[in-house]
Amino acid sequence: MAEIVRMSGLTKRFGGAAPALDAVSGSVAAGEITGLVGPDGAGKTTLIRLMTGLMAPEGGELEVFGLDARRAAAAIQADIGYMPQRFGLYEDLTVRENLDLYADLRGLPRAERPEAFGRLLAFTGLEPFAARLAGKLSGGMKQKLGLACALLRKPRLLLLDEPGVGVDPISRRDLWSMVRGLAGEGVGVVWSTAYLDEAEACDRVLLLDRGRLLFTGRPSELTGRVAGRVFKVSGVEGRRRPVLARALDEPGIVDGVIQGEAIRLVVASGRDAGAVPAAVAAPPARVQPAPPRFEDAYVDLLGGGPGGRSRLAEATAARPGSGDGPGDRPVIEARGLTKRFGDFTAARDITFAIPRGQIFGLLGPNGAGKSTTFKMLCGLLRPTGGEGRIAGFDLRRDGAAARNRLGYMAQKFSLYGDLSVAQNLAFFAGAYGLGGRLRRERTALMTEIFDLAPHAGMSAKLLPLGLKQRLALACAVMHEPEALFLDEPTSGVDPITRREFWTHINGLVEKGVTVLVTTHFMDEAEYCDRIALIDRGRAIALGSPDELKARVADAANPDPSMEDAFVALVRDAGREGAA
Amino acid sequence: MMAWIRLRALILKELLAILRDPRSRVILIGPPIVQLMVFSFAATLEVRNADLLILNRDAGYWGQELVHRLDGAPTFRSIRPVDGPAALRAGIDRQEAIAAIQIGSGFSRDLAAGNAADLQIILDGRRSNAAQIVAGYLDGIVEGLAADAAQVAAPHAGPASAAVRVVPRNWFNPNLTFQWFMVPNLVAAIAMLIGLVVTALSIARERELGTFDQLMVSPLRTHEILIGKVIPPMLIGSFHITVYVLAALFVFGVPLRGSLLLLYGSAVFYLLAVVGLGLFISALAATQQQAILGAFLFMVPGMLLSGFATPIENMPGWLQAVTLVNPLRYFLVVVRGVFLKDLPVGEAVANTAPLLLIACVTLGAAAWLFRRRLE
Repeated sequence: MAEIVRMSGLTKRFGGAAPALDAVSGSVAAGEITGLVGPDGAGKTTLIRLMTGLMAPEGGELEVFGLDARRAAAAIQADIGYMPQRFGLYEDLTVRENLDLYADLRGLPRAERPEAFGRLLAFTGLEPFAARLAGKLSGGMKQKLGLACALLRKPRLLLLDEPGVGVDPISRRDLWSMVRGLAGEGVGVVWSTAYLDEAEACDRVLLLDRGRLLFTGRPSELTGRVAGRVFKVSGVEGRRRPVLARALDEPGIVDGVIQGEAIRLVVASGRDAGAVPAAVAAPPARVQPAPPRFEDAYVDLLGGGPGGRSRLAEATAARPGSGDGPGDRPVIEARGLTKRFGDFTAARDITFAIPRGQIFGLLGPNGAGKSTTFKMLCGLLRPTGGEGRIAGFDLRRDGAAARNRLGYMAQKFSLYGDLSVAQNLAFFAGAYGLGGRLRRERTALMTEIFDLAPHAGMSAKLLPLGLKQRLALACAVMHEPEALFLDEPTSGVDPITRREFWTHINGLVEKGVTVLVTTHFMDEAEYCDRIALIDRGRAIALGSPDELKARVADAANPDPSMEDAFVALVRDAGREGAA
Repeated sequence: MMAWIRLRALILKELLAILRDPRSRVILIGPPIVQLMVFSFAATLEVRNADLLILNRDAGYWGQELVHRLDGAPTFRSIRPVDGPAALRAGIDRQEAIAAIQIGSGFSRDLAAGNAADLQIILDGRRSNAAQIVAGYLDGIVEGLAADAAQVAAPHAGPASAAVRVVPRNWFNPNLTFQWFMVPNLVAAIAMLIGLVVTALSIARERELGTFDQLMVSPLRTHEILIGKVIPPMLIGSFHITVYVLAALFVFGVPLRGSLLLLYGSAVFYLLAVVGLGLFISALAATQQQAILGAFLFMVPGMLLSGFATPIENMPGWLQAVTLVNPLRYFLVVVRGVFLKDLPVGEAVANTAPLLLIACVTLGAAAWLFRRRLE
């Protein structure tokens, strides 16, 4: 395939900070999807903007279509389609008006418009919504419209900056197959992402980390490095989380995660199934080789994940009554939760109970009522009907008592950016009523556990992403909550930080903390004991990840992924609803 | 005890968030200095440096005397004689002068005979305010001249005929020093500006940054959050009041004749009313931009309808009724009173009671809206 982008030694720096891009070399070929992979802050957006000619590199060479990006920016821009992260859709214009506007901006002749609009609307499935205001579209549909606008003039190079963010798996698949089709027509596509399952599906990847290129090549070349070293241990006796934690501390184990009922382990280079500790592999557990994934290889490339010890969990007192004794009340309870906004029902009669020491996941397409349910359960929204309880306290009647028992961590790590790390800790300690000696002890403990002391005086907004995440977790658990609410907690962070985070959560859960998590991340879903799948305001499926996967397994796909299960269950529910 | 810990944490956080944010710091320091400079030096209501045209058709003594007296008045920068009505008209038209005086040809003769004399003053009505003030100055000078002329014309008529001479005495501000009037006004205005903007930004900022949800899931109760949002802007507002009071006393030399205790007592309720309004705007706004716009949407009419620069008595009746809900209106009376006269307690209370009422309404409305937005 013809190379349409060539870069060598690309460097870009903003101000005096560490370089956003540090000597990156690689290429993009026509007719392929090239994944620009890395956590937030890796330099993905910077690299894309350099390719558009909107920014000039500081050092190195960049050629697009054989032209120097520094000098021939205008010529390059005529032949590229660019979809920035928050695509500039005009929310007060309809879908068609947005297309018209971008057609004007791109100078598309009037005569060609009906044909182009028709083709793009059909392509994106937006035909029925052509007269709808862009602001009223769902997240996935907005991305599709953004894509349509970027494709008005068929580009030779299509640059997509994190098109999958905030988009549910179904819309993500749709987008992906559209883009795949374009690549098939010879368009070179750059798809940037922090999701590693997306990376795996690309033809070629550039793996970035803090501006440096970690790997470039076909994803299979990367996963090849862990071939034969990945094992799935199923049927572990007893609770699987402490087993994983112990396994991770073994020298022969590089990485491990919970995958539904099973544990996924990567053994060290040069070792085989024998490296799986006897305690883990003891019958009735079965150790089977598993196909390596991009993420396994990525963690291996970074030198392996953190150990399985959680100092946070060790410092947390065990809550009595953990387990599922008959007299034990569920910690989080939703009973017939209903929320109406005007004549629109965002959530209808949602009922579930989460016993102590479990992780419960809320999954669902955008706008399906997942966030509404989540918000009702942590007291951010008042239900129209039904009730939510935390540790037995009704959120409506004993709101403050219930809130005192929950910790909350949002996707954007809602910390006070202008306050220093220490001030954030002090504020959250105070907000949860910790005073005097107790406050000093808890903040000191959190500072120590999360290693925040070197940054204590730094404004929270200046912290690197991984540290922000640690601080957010520290603030959320400072008051030893019984229930922890996590809203896409590891979106956009690197896999090591994500491992570290889940090690803490797993440890806390073992101590009897109950977790409710809402996520688009299928990996995060795998950590859950049980999952409720919410679609169109109703809970359409409830069960363990393995149960949900088993429900959609068939001859064609005997071992479906969590994402397969999600897509199939939502489609089936839609069909039933339509019938 | 727990509630106090929570509240203290919230107030501290709020103050830190304002003081550590460079943009907020600019708001706290910039406008107060600019306002002090602009209003006390530039936007003066006194007329100085006015230019005058004179068409003197009188050849006699009194016409000449009038010109001399005008020339001696410090108000007028230049006095230019013109030689005909056309030049006079053109001069006013081109705004070369704010007023023109036409002295009739029989001016001295009539005055000497003790008759009414002919004098025309033409004012530039386009600059109505300044023109009015200039007319006042001119009146004073002409009256003095007329009295002297009458004295000369009938020296034996004695004081009886000159008894109608009016001698104005400006109490409380004998020299009508402009700053004495303006700087106390500014004490009230700055408190409103800061109180309104700081409060309006507070919730909007948290909404924008996503910390608002974090606050709402904490055990802080709604009323605690509201108290925590009200107190920091009040502290900051009191700080600005203090800085301005000190500036008034030591920089501008404004006398302090009343009790500062009354001033601060009343200020508490004034700030409550203003902060309540800011909180209402903040609860309504989704972004900081909207909040700032909302604050200024209230600031401008709030200043104009307060008696800050133009007396409320001069407004039409229905507009005067509107000013009754303006907290600035009442606090201005208190501030001016405390500075320039020894404001009696009764009057201070009478002007503070409406502030309490307004505070109840604005805070109540803010709390109501705040709760409603949580639905």
